[in-house]
Amino acid sequence: MDQQQLTALYRTMRLIRRFDQRIEDLVNRNEVAGSTHEYVGQEAVATGVCHALLPDDVITSTHRGHGHILAKGGDPRRVTAELMGKITGYNRGRGGSMHIADLSLGIYGANGMVGAGVPIACGAAFAAKYAKNGRVAAAFFGDGGINQGVVLESLNLAATWGLPVIFVCENNMYAATTPLRETVAIERLADRASGYGMPGVSVDGMDVLAVYQATVRAAQRARAGQGPTLLECKTYRYGGHFTAEKSRGFKYRTDEEMADWRRRDPLVTYGAWLLREGICDPQIVDAEVEAVLDDAVAFARASALPKPEEALDGMYAVTYPGLPARGWL
Amino acid sequence: MRELRYIEAFNEAIHSEMAKDPRIVVFGEDVRLAIRGFMKGILGRFGPDRIHDTPISEAGFTGLATGAAMAGMRPIIEYQIPTLIYVAFDQLVNQAQKLRYMMGGQGKIPVTYIVPAGARRGLAGQHSDHPYSPLIQMGMKVVVPSTPCDAKGLLTTAIREDDPVAVFAPVSLLGVKGPVPEDDYVTPLGQADVKREGTDVTVVAVGALVPEALACAKILARENISMEVVDPRTLLPLDREAILASVRKTGRVVIFDDSNRCCGFAAEVSAVIAEEAWNALRGPIRRLTRADVPVPFSMPIETYVLPSSDRLLTECRALLGRA
Repeated sequence: MDQQQLTALYRTMRLIRRFDQRIEDLVNRNEVAGSTHEYVGQEAVATGVCHALLPDDVITSTHRGHGHILAKGGDPRRVTAELMGKITGYNRGRGGSMHIADLSLGIYGANGMVGAGVPIACGAAFAAKYAKNGRVAAAFFGDGGINQGVVLESLNLAATWGLPVIFVCENNMYAATTPLRETVAIERLADRASGYGMPGVSVDGMDVLAVYQATVRAAQRARAGQGPTLLECKTYRYGGHFTAEKSRGFKYRTDEEMADWRRRDPLVTYGAWLLREGICDPQIVDAEVEAVLDDAVAFARASALPKPEEALDGMYAVTYPGLPARGWL
Repeated sequence: MRELRYIEAFNEAIHSEMAKDPRIVVFGEDVRLAIRGFMKGILGRFGPDRIHDTPISEAGFTGLATGAAMAGMRPIIEYQIPTLIYVAFDQLVNQAQKLRYMMGGQGKIPVTYIVPAGARRGLAGQHSDHPYSPLIQMGMKVVVPSTPCDAKGLLTTAIREDDPVAVFAPVSLLGVKGPVPEDDYVTPLGQADVKREGTDVTVVAVGALVPEALACAKILARENISMEVVDPRTLLPLDREAILASVRKTGRVVIFDDSNRCCGFAAEVSAVIAEEAWNALRGPIRRLTRADVPVPFSMPIETYVLPSSDRLLTECRALLGRA
């Protein structure tokens, strides 16, 4: 990797971190409705994976999806606008935080159902294999998602059919508030891969270069027709499962555990390394990121809300009289 | 016109569309050997890249078809029994059907779901449902062809449609013969077909009950009762105007539908008539549906819970005061 690429990894991680920190503020100020699932702490995973992909490659994301969308090239303006329910948002205000999609960037959607995007990524991979266009698909899911039936079905389908997929399991050790040791009887989630007949790789999800390199290898394998890889990235979310969790005062993680993970913060460790190696000055990147986010928030605030009657548009590619049914005569 | 069996008309539509469009691939359990007949000859003619036997993972391969469709393909899924859609329900209604809207109108999801529908007798409660109402409630386009001709026309339309479409093929009709056009033939969505004209009572019949209604019409004709049989053919989009026009003419209506009663397709048709043609009615709207119990196995109790010709005759005579 050259200096520019190494700097880009940091920029993406910083963008994700500050994006979600700002969104948390906007949620608390009621500028973003409902609740979101912040990605803070896990930035190295989305960044390492998506930087190892090509623009035409496909991802499917999760309820905790802002990081994946931004890392795959999503425009912070349109993501912010979507979160504010504006017409300029990626989904024209239809989806909000858990559903952002941009098919032109290969983002086949965040998803509100745990694991539901995983077979969709397999479908994109099937299409790539059928068309022999060399594309790969990466399916993000968590340690919660790996117990969802449709995810396990997808692992089996992809291995059996040799689909070019990378299954990225972000193991942050908690399915919402339930700890991994209470939902899974094995130590290493990547071990599940051998049961399906594919390689399982476990990497430090706080180390962006480790994630990047593991993804490059998985993508090479996939593009060479050697099928899928299960990539477990061990990581940690600093915040709650969702924004409002802080105010609920749930206690399911110890202070020591949280402090231990923060000491391995991917931005701090990687930023210090960049500075030490003379690759770039992270503070300059930080300032650039703030400017991008200032612009994104200003853009979203200045954008219009959808018109009420637009709620009935776009349900079908082909429409007919009476469709969609309105809720009144 | 030459005659084909329903299953042959279906098969002809699949062959003809797959020959035209290489983006069409088939997914399903035991489809290569065409265990039910829908896919007869597909493997031999189009090869193993175009037709795939899946693991028994309905949610997984349904989601896979959605992703492939988003990437530009046009998959056909064949489910071996109608109730498999329950296993795949999130992927059908929460994903395939909702994603285009939820993405703000981005992309297309052209997937055709072939669902062999309903009881060939004696299959009991987990193989005999006609679960189209739950799909309709979630906005999925649904067709139920009742003749070989409609089977070819509606399946062709479904495959060419740029949205998900569920095609319910009543198993009891698969062997029935009828005239089918040889060349390219489509039946548009949203157009009902008046299968028999009449003046005294409208019967809105679905799928396998269409031929039963037509048989009843002959019996009632001998009693000087003139039955009009309206086959909606496409349940969503629904040709409301055709149904309303018929009810306005006859003033009497029985909805004859072999699916569940509560909040079911017959309830929707009934509501449409009550809202829009109430002033033309000369009697109550009658629904003749299944009982809301799992279809039981043993013949007398199975027969008892399903809508029947005998009950249709009774309903029609009662509406005309001939009880």
